[in-house]
Order: sequence, then structure tokens, then C-alpha cells
Amino acid sequence: MRTVTVVGASLSGVYAARELRAQGFDGRLVIVGEEPHHPYDRPPLSKDFLTGKADEEQLALTDSEEVAELDAEWLLGVRARGLDARGRTVLLGDGRTVSTDGVVIATGASARRLPGDALTGVHTLRTLDDARALRDELSDGPRRVVVIGGGFIGAETASSCTALGHDVTVVEAAPLPLVPQLGPEMAAVCATLHRRGGAALVTGTGVARLHAGAGAGGVTGATRVTGVGGVTGVELSDGRLLPADTVIVGIGATPNTGWLAGSTLGLHDGVLCDDGCATGLPQVVAVGDVARVGGRRVEHWTSATEQPRVAVRNLLAGRTVEPVRSVPYFWSDQYGARIQFAGRRNDGDTVRVTEGALAEGGFLAVYERDGRATAVLSVDRPRPFMRARRALMRTASEAEPAVP
Amino acid sequence: MITVCRLEDLPMGESVRIDTTPPIAVFNADGELYAVDDTCTHQDASLSEGWLEGCLVECPLHAASFDLRTGKPTCLPARRPVRTHRVSVEDGVVHVHLTIEEGTAA
Repeated sequence: MRTVTVVGASLSGVYAARELRAQGFDGRLVIVGEEPHHPYDRPPLSKDFLTGKADEEQLALTDSEEVAELDAEWLLGVRARGLDARGRTVLLGDGRTVSTDGVVIATGASARRLPGDALTGVHTLRTLDDARALRDELSDGPRRVVVIGGGFIGAETASSCTALGHDVTVVEAAPLPLVPQLGPEMAAVCATLHRRGGAALVTGTGVARLHAGAGAGGVTGATRVTGVGGVTGVELSDGRLLPADTVIVGIGATPNTGWLAGSTLGLHDGVLCDDGCATGLPQVVAVGDVARVGGRRVEHWTSATEQPRVAVRNLLAGRTVEPVRSVPYFWSDQYGARIQFAGRRNDGDTVRVTEGALAEGGFLAVYERDGRATAVLSVDRPRPFMRARRALMRTASEAEPAVP
Repeated sequence: MITVCRLEDLPMGESVRIDTTPPIAVFNADGELYAVDDTCTHQDASLSEGWLEGCLVECPLHAASFDLRTGKPTCLPARRPVRTHRVSVEDGVVHVHLTIEEGTAA
């Protein structure tokens, strides 16, 4: 392989580029990134970046020394708009093409939007530009903030907004947030964090529509449609109207596969891959949020850092010689609490607290099925969590071929 | 010099966090004592709560690993070292001798 093109310059793309060099690829390395920024880490955007504790420099995923070592051609601020049928040519949005022998697809996911969310004062939080716009708006004095979606991004953003002194309401369509991730018992426990942190939580009702005012929104730094007037409220499906100066939409993300529509790759909620990140074309692999690996697509930071090593190995080998074996792991910091979760919980698993207590001060809970641990959750118990996570990893590596 | 604890209160494989500014973590790695800045250089997490193996400690949040002898990261996502501090034991009491921050007048 003389040229490898990594499409996507965020976490999994950067890790893939590193792996290519670490595994001995010394040919031409092209990295295409839609955003104009150098690679940055997204998790702090909803937390320390929003509250002003971390600046942009601290988000950087690479430094000048590493950039020099990678010896790559960085095409930033340009999006890929196509991949030819053989996977040998990447078409760029500005009309250029990149001829390549191998491709790593790492185009990630985009924040899901709400109809009518182009109003001033309505935000999503996925990119640095999103976070900059929201941070600017939140620095303008106390505001009434409505966060739509009680998932991790919603909860973390709400937590940051309360820390900044804003009046925050979280709206969740399900009866309880995070049930798919944590199960009903533990989801109920985590829901109490909102109230403990001073945010109101409204559950079991969706959003009917956003209300807009007549004048300009008085918003700085936002790149929204102007002349329409800013958002003034969120009307819920049960008829209630929540007044709002700022609305943050945190209702999940969709994988960025649109640019692959004309390719021969299988697409279904992500780029379809085998359990080694290989697509239907032998010289094309996919990693991170955009990849559906062995039937599962996960949007976890840790997966995006773990998959590239295996994907690159298989890419350079020209076939899948190694599957991804990992135990899913994610964390969330909200309202001063650190939530950590590892493993695969399934409906019907039992859960019991093995350390600490639900009421206060943190705990460790283990999910079990047929007497075996399937997952582990911790709130402010990092040490026992680490032990439990390692035990899960040991069990997984002893078991039959793991799914990613 | 900071007094940490009695040596018997820091058995092998254990660690203790001192609430200095910035906080410091002291480890007993198989009988050798090490002290480093407690906060991971990648993102906010306490290394004293990390996984100790030999003289390496793994961060409990994102699994960055540091060599306690040098403070250098041994793997991503950390790219910058943690400061190391000298540890001594006198009359069964563990002390940490702070390394003055580079570039500050001491």
C-alpha cells in the first residue's frame, strides 16, 4: 500500500493515523477532516470547556512534535463527499480527488436535530464550534435553559449550566432517562442527580414545538438564522410551555455515512463491518462512531481509541486477522458525581449494590445474569470500579471470540 | 517537607492522596515508595485511585499509564509527564519532599 487515506480527523481518525505509523506503514498518509480545526477531544466540550475550566489548547489531541512524526498530508476544512465503487478514490467537497490504496473511514456522527431548531438560541453540542457558540451565549448572565434529552450529553450540559448559575430544566421523553444504558433501577438513581444538582427534570413528555419571539434574540457568537427572532420557549406534548432563553438539543447522534451513498459499502445505522472493522472492500476499514462492528455501533470514546489498532492491522494485512475484543466502557461527569460503566447490560439482568449505598457518597453496582457479572456501574467509586472492570475484561478475554 | 502517614498505614500496593495544592499521590509499589502529582495530565482524574502494577500506575478514567520512577506517560492518552517528588521514611513516618515547579523562583 502506497497511500492510505483516513477520512475523519477526530479521535478515531487520529488514533488510526498513529497506528498506521506505529505498525510500520511508511507510505503517503492523507488525513481528511471536515472541521477546520486540528484534532481535538470532544468529551470536555460539555463539561470543563463549557464551564471555562478548560481552554481550547487543552482539548488538542496532537502536538507539533507528533504532527511532525506522523508526516501526514492534512486536508482540513474539507469534507469527503464520495468514495468510488472500488474504494480507490475519495472525492472531496471542493472538487479535488484523492487516489488511494487504503481507506480508513472515521467520519463519526452528527448531533440529531429537531425540526425548527435553526432559531437563535437553539443549540446542539457536538463540535468545537457548537461549544464555542453555547459558551458565548451562557456567559451573558443568568438565562432560562431548557435541555431537550436526558442522556449523557444532556445531563452533562445541564450540569455545566447549573454550575454557571443558570436556571435549568431537562426534558426527557421517556419515563426516566438512561434506562436503555443503565436499566430502570440505576437509571432512577442517576435521575436523582439532576435534582441534587439543582436542575428540574421533566420526564414522560416529548417536545411539540419551539416558540420564537419577534425581535432579535440578543445572542452573540451564534451562527443561527437571524431576523427570525430568538427562541422563547419549549412547548411540550402535554401542553405545558417552558419559557426558555437557551435551548440545548441533546437527542443523540446519527452516523455520518451520507457521503458513502454512492459506494458499494453496506450501510445500515453505520458502515457495516465484520468484527475486525473490515468493510465489504478488503482495503477499506471503518472505526469509531460511524462503524457498525460485528453488528454493534457504539459511540464510546474508549471504543474509538481501541478499534483503530485492530482495524489498521487488518487493513495492512488485507484481511481480518484479528477481531476487536473489548469490554465497552463509558463515563460521565455530572453534578459533581462521576459515573463509570463497563460491560454489556441486557434487559432482565439483575443488579445489586456491592459497595457503598445508593443514598449518598457513591456506590458500586454489579449487573448479573445466571450468576455471572455482565456489567458494572460506579458512582464516585473509581477504585473498586477499576477492579470490577478488569475482572470483566479478564472474563471476556477467556471467553469465546468477543464481539466488539 | 510534608508528613504523609506512618509506613505501616501505607502497605504494599496501596496509595494515599495528600490534599496539597496541587494534590500529591504517594504509592507503595512492592515496597518502594513513590510520590507524583495526583491529577492525571490528560484530564481530571486522581492517580491515587488508579491501578498500580509494578512501578506503573494506570489512570482510573481513561487508562493513561505513568512510570512512577520518572513521571513519564507510558501510553496514550496522556502525553505530558506528572511531576515526581522525593519520598523519605524517618522513624517509621513517610515524608514527601516537594519538587519545586520548574521556572518558579524558589
